[in-house]
Amino acid sequence: MITLQKGPVDIGGITLHNHLILAAGVLGTTGASLGRMLGSGAGGVVTKSIGPEPKEGHPGPCLIPLNGGLLNAMGLPNPSREYIDEITHLRDDPVIISIFGGTPQEFGEVASWFADTAVGFELNLSCPHAEGYGAAIGADPAIVRACTEEVAAYGLPTWVKLTPNVTDIGAIGRAAEEGGASAIVAVNTVRGMRISIDLRRPVLGNRFGGISGPMIFPIALRCVYDLYNACSLPIIGCGGIGSAEDVIEMMMAGASAVQIGSAVYDDITIFEQIADSLYGDDGLPADEIVGCAHA
Amino acid sequence: MHDGMPVVVTVTGVIDETPTIRTIRFDHPFTIRPGQFCMVWVPGVDEVPMGFSSPDTITVQRVGEATAALTSFAVGDKLGIRGPFGNGFSPEGRVLAIAGGVGVAPLLPLAEAGVVETFILGARTAAELTFATPLAACADLRIATDDGTAGYHGFVTGIIDEEIDLSSYDTICVCGPEMMMKGILDRLIAAGIAGRGQFSLHRYMKCGVGVCGSCSIDPAGLRVCKDGPVFTGDQILDSEFGVYSRDASGRRKRP
Repeated sequence: MITLQKGPVDIGGITLHNHLILAAGVLGTTGASLGRMLGSGAGGVVTKSIGPEPKEGHPGPCLIPLNGGLLNAMGLPNPSREYIDEITHLRDDPVIISIFGGTPQEFGEVASWFADTAVGFELNLSCPHAEGYGAAIGADPAIVRACTEEVAAYGLPTWVKLTPNVTDIGAIGRAAEEGGASAIVAVNTVRGMRISIDLRRPVLGNRFGGISGPMIFPIALRCVYDLYNACSLPIIGCGGIGSAEDVIEMMMAGASAVQIGSAVYDDITIFEQIADSLYGDDGLPADEIVGCAHA
Repeated sequence: MHDGMPVVVTVTGVIDETPTIRTIRFDHPFTIRPGQFCMVWVPGVDEVPMGFSSPDTITVQRVGEATAALTSFAVGDKLGIRGPFGNGFSPEGRVLAIAGGVGVAPLLPLAEAGVVETFILGARTAAELTFATPLAACADLRIATDDGTAGYHGFVTGIIDEEIDLSSYDTICVCGPEMMMKGILDRLIAAGIAGRGQFSLHRYMKCGVGVCGSCSIDPAGLRVCKDGPVFTGDQILDSEFGVYSRDASGRRKRP
């Protein structure tokens, strides 16, 4: 298989230890947990999404493993501003602050708390199961642009994470680019649900949620492929990546780096496992394969 | 990844253990290791982690909305169970078990497996002692009550200080209120045998399967749901254990 050169990589204005980033919302509630992932091979980590007010999230069940994926509706639980205390000891590491809000002003307010310490931001304009947040506003190009402008104004790298639950993801990607984004992350979870036959009711406390994991990999791959044509920003692929082959495939679609989330369910050492296969002494520079499937 | 949909079970029995604690029996036995837990789905309310008190029972104390709803369940009602999850206890050699309050639940199957030599059971008062009868049948049972209405008058740590040589045991399995467990860890540290302690921790959990991170503990980021819930004393030395925990939003609070 193709292998890549080892070494730090610069993506969207942020220097990472490698191409493998812990996705938002996974093991990101505490700084210790993020530190554990950095120590076990993650090239960078994205925090739990932080919002303008503390939130407890949805009632359970909040996460159900499926054959080939995970279905979740956590409901954006977060400690809001108190989260600063979680990550102060990680200020020399590539820790990207994920932000959610209901308005551009709320995005800006949360960004202001971390403006002196963060290496960059990731805007959650894509969570599919929080009313008034995430994909509820991330499907509107004008709002995506306004939220991006608000956060990019702090002068730090600003990534925008997109929802696949739209007709034309390229239009949303262009809106982020126009708003001053430095990279696009594609994609967040795909809307879905399950029903308990015995109880005749949806299993998730929120009724519906977002699907992640291997079953959405082809969807994420297609979104990255579309965005590579629609935008000129670097793209970070996310959705169902669980092997070095998945990383290479995502890069060939147009991703410059990837995020990994659900795969920690099977193996918390997944970053080390993938890196062991992905990097080699005679590895290629990544830019030799990024987008090569478009030729 | 595999199908982890909740198994819907029907309640076949409800047993009043104490005025505040009930055991709920259901029609589906799970294959468990003592100390493992499940996520209990109370339809329309919430989902909460709970230790198995046997392959087909959970033992519930009313502490919040979900447990209040659970304690009102009757025969024929249905609930969902995900699990078993977590690592469970790993007893070796001479085993001492120490339980406080409803923390006795995951230690009952350990004792009933016949591996516990001495069992120290604590409760606030005689009426709140849980599983004393079955425990007395399978272990040397010592009882402590805060108010002295049964057994030793005081905490379980008082029994340890006065009657127990901790270093004569190879494994010390503990479940109960965090400050009780901290008191026992401190005594194991003082005896130089922290590694012999096995502590069943409780933290706020959302996913139960090691993904969300809501139950991660400082400073190593160990996940109570997946890396635990049972940790050796060595693993939780100099940790947040006994100092703070986190609520549903992730904000720190006193244990």
